[in-house]
Formats: sequence, C-alpha cells, structure tokens
Amino acid sequence: MAGEHYVFIESRDPFDSADTGFVSDTAAALRQRGAPVTVFFVQNGVLTTRAAARGSQIPRLTAAGVTVLADDFSLRERGIDAREMARGVRATPIDALVDLITEPGTKAIWH
Amino acid sequence: MANHTLTLAIMDAPYEAAASTTAFRIIESALRKGVNVNVFAYEGAVSLTMKDQAPHANPVKGTSVEEEEHPTTKDLVAALIALGQASPKLTWVNCGLCVDERGAGHWIDGVKRGGPADFFKMASESGNTLVIPTR
Repeated sequence: MAGEHYVFIESRDPFDSADTGFVSDTAAALRQRGAPVTVFFVQNGVLTTRAAARGSQIPRLTAAGVTVLADDFSLRERGIDAREMARGVRATPIDALVDLITEPGTKAIWH
Repeated sequence: MANHTLTLAIMDAPYEAAASTTAFRIIESALRKGVNVNVFAYEGAVSLTMKDQAPHANPVKGTSVEEEEHPTTKDLVAALIALGQASPKLTWVNCGLCVDERGAGHWIDGVKRGGPADFFKMASESGNTLVIPTR
C-alpha cells in the first residue's frame, strides 16, 4: 500500500443506490491505514455533496481525512451552487481528476 | 506527464448513460494534457462509433435537424480521434465479438478491432487504468 494514492470516483446517486456507503467505508478504512485517499463525486454522485442532503457520507469522509472533490460540470448540470455544498467539499474541473489518475502509483476505482 | 499513457475500459451503449459523457471528458482532458489514451470499448460501448448514426429533428418541439444540433457519439469520438491522431495518441479498440453480436462493424475511421487480450496488453503497458463499468 505504501506510496499508493487511492482515487474513488463515485457516480451513483446515494438516494437510489444503497451501496454508495461501500465507497465511504473503503475510503475511510484505507485512509486510516495511512494511504492518501481522494473521493471524486461525479454525475448523480454529486447529490450527496449538498449540506442539506440526508445521510450524506461527506462528514464521515472529511473526518477521516479523505480529500473530497466534486465535478463542477455535474454540479452545474444539477443546479447545485457552491453555497449549498457541505463543508470540506471542493468543486473542481475534470482536469483535476485526470491529474490525479495519471499520477504514477494512483489506483482509480469507478463506482 | 510526457509519454504517459492512460487506459480506459468503457461499456455503456450510446445515449443511455452519463458515464459515456464523463468518459469523453476524461479522454479529452487527458489528450489536452499530452497524455496518450487507450480506449477499450466493450459490450454496448462498441456502438459509440457506429458510422450510420444520424442527428434528428425534434417534431415535438418543432425543431429542425440544424436547430436541434443533436450530438452523435460517433461525431464526439471522431473529434477525440482527431485530437489524438499523433502525439498524444488516442488508440480506440472495439471488442470484436461485441461488434459481431451487435452488427456494429460499420464504424468511423481511426477505430481498430480487438479483444480482451488487447485490453490486457494496453493496461499492462499503461501508467494507469480506469474501468468504467455498466451499472
């Protein structure tokens, strides 16, 4: 695990996919073991980044020290304003994801 | 980043999943950053490159083909292939068995026929690999 950066790409809507908790569980566990971990929310996955979203996994991720990013295009498509977003989430362009997943030693996992 | 290669496996059929658009955005961004990209189109994704796709008017809204500006996935892939024709390079491989099943062999220029062994080779020789499965 040493030197590996785990990047989870969460595309699923947390309100219709009960298994989105799997990503948070795995990301937090890897972070606890010392690995750098990023979760990049995209498509309907960004719905969980709203501060008012019920049962959001964001507080758990940020508390665990996981870097949390959200695709700005997906946010705009869904009319989610930066002011609505949970603390600790950073809106970024897809370029930021590409930078991460083309770094040596990065493992990218799509969900 | 020079000479770096990213391999993607995609599986969604055209006009069905947001993941296709996201994959196109990742490919474009990587090429613009100078990263070589390999794409292995599997299952329904082989239809993304079908040459006979055509934009259509929208009779419900009363718009013409020109007004509708309906994007086809074969045009989007063609634009990516043009962007990645030299350096950085985009290599697009359609799964041959998936193509045969679907009768999807009439495709745009710049696409190759291959199989899972090509995906294994591309992934083995790439710095990073991302698999975007169907749901």
